[in-house]
Amino acid sequence: MVAGMWIRSTMAYRASFVLTLVTSFCVTFFDFVVILLMFGQVRGLGGFAFAEIALLYGLTGTAFGIADLTMGSLQRMGRRIRDGSLDGFLLRPAPLIAQVAADKFALRRLGRVLQGLMVLVWSLVLLRGEVAWTPLKVLMVPGAVLCGAVIFSAVMVLGASALFWLQDAAEVTNAFTYGGNTLLQYPPTVFAQDLVRGVVYVIPLAFVNWLPALYLLDRPAPPGVPAWAAFAPPLVALACCGIAALAWRAGVRSYRSTGS
Amino acid sequence: MTTPTPLPASGDGSFITLDGLEKVFTVRRRTGPFRREKKEVRAVDGISFTVARGEMVGYIGPNGAGKSTTIKMLTGILTPSGGRLRVAGIDPARERTRLARRIGVVFGQRTTLWWDLPLRDSYRLAHRMYRIPDDRYRENLARCVDLLDLGDLLDVPVRQLSLGQRMRGDIAAALLHDPEVLYLDEPTIGLDVVSKARVRGFLRELNTTRGTTVLLTTHDLTDIEQLCSRVMVIDHGRLMYDGDLTGLHEAGGGERTLVVDLARELPPIDDVPGARFVRADGPRQHLAFPAAASAAPLVAAVAAAYPLVDLSVREPDIESVIAKMYGGTHEERRESLR
Repeated sequence: MVAGMWIRSTMAYRASFVLTLVTSFCVTFFDFVVILLMFGQVRGLGGFAFAEIALLYGLTGTAFGIADLTMGSLQRMGRRIRDGSLDGFLLRPAPLIAQVAADKFALRRLGRVLQGLMVLVWSLVLLRGEVAWTPLKVLMVPGAVLCGAVIFSAVMVLGASALFWLQDAAEVTNAFTYGGNTLLQYPPTVFAQDLVRGVVYVIPLAFVNWLPALYLLDRPAPPGVPAWAAFAPPLVALACCGIAALAWRAGVRSYRSTGS
Repeated sequence: MTTPTPLPASGDGSFITLDGLEKVFTVRRRTGPFRREKKEVRAVDGISFTVARGEMVGYIGPNGAGKSTTIKMLTGILTPSGGRLRVAGIDPARERTRLARRIGVVFGQRTTLWWDLPLRDSYRLAHRMYRIPDDRYRENLARCVDLLDLGDLLDVPVRQLSLGQRMRGDIAAALLHDPEVLYLDEPTIGLDVVSKARVRGFLRELNTTRGTTVLLTTHDLTDIEQLCSRVMVIDHGRLMYDGDLTGLHEAGGGERTLVVDLARELPPIDDVPGARFVRADGPRQHLAFPAAASAAPLVAAVAAAYPLVDLSVREPDIESVIAKMYGGTHEERRESLR
């Protein structure tokens, strides 16, 4: 509903909205253009073919896009905390997280989702003959996107919770969300093992697309990661939500407001 | 912290209950290039009081005394560091959103209205967010529009409203969901005389006809005089006085000032009983007299003996009353906090 109000405010300038939507679409598309250009020069990357990289890209792009659309406003909260205007939110009979998420809701972020979805569909078309499809594998595609979106959202909430203490830590969170998204566009075989372990066990971004995609493509899991981890994303997503919720509660309780 | 026991919402008539409420902030101060010192600031330092349903209470004190911090704890924005707090039987920090439906809040220095949208849109949002039944919403809106004279302003974007108009708009927004208690933090700050009078009139009407409990903080003694039967004074996070306004003046030994303009420059007026000469600026003289005493006999005595041209009575401001009241202990306490 609050989101609706913001959409109405944005729609007051319709032409500007269309332009920013197109811009957002294009800016994220340039990420993918980089990969396209690279494959103009090389045949494979870390043992992955173009279509397989596109699958990785599409999965993480869509998942991150959805998370960014719904929770992207959270990083604005730092300013709300610093100038005390979060007080107004706390006075309303609606959950704070919903209000903050809807704050300055920007429909233009839809551009990112559309672009990710486009690449995902394209990769699936390219891969349709190469993957030995089973019902489980079919189910895994929307499942991975959904769980990925939840994991990214949880990381965003976790980062936003830190704002209650640090006020200006939005960039740290961005490193893990936007940075993580870029990382996941490339296959795990490209990166050092320690980094791969980090995104499996510390910040569980590998569950967004790497592990499900490796299973889809009948490739072995990265060394040191059990094979069943490909089916763990729902559990990981749930655990992330739990941790994020606890951090959020603690953050709200230590909110200090401002003078006057 | 005391163990929480269930408290009746209004069984003993108390609607708001504070019991040894505390809020401690930790402030980090840079003491060297790499050293930081932690310091505890007790913004609210063990406050206890109860407010009955339908009371209208003034909550006053100098800047930084802890007024806003108390209100923020009462609304659930801040979580108390210690003590017990119940509003309508609810622990505000724990069940903030449930409490939100039953309270209304106006922060004088901050608006909760949507800056770029007309007032009407902000009200519509409140209608849906608080799930106000349609007929109640229409009735409440009509009453607020009528009493606060908002008719012409409903379709104006909030950013174009004057401060007084916006304040009235904010008060209306806080009342659409029929709150049982209304907190006002400096509701008349920066308003002109006409706007102040209108806001006060509305609050009095609200309290008498609807029985809404009102708790307001202010620096304007006139707000308290015209509205509140009860005053609480807070300073350095502690409750210093709780009673009626006359009692406050007596306790503080407050003095009002009679300013008289004489026809010409004359020696100090020191022969009028009950008044004390303070100072003179040419033909204008300042006389102090006890705040609880009536000004009428004093004026009569001056008029009888001196060529009086004009006069005015100045109320003591709250700061000076409080300063007098705790004058001696003030600095000592400040020191002991260090």
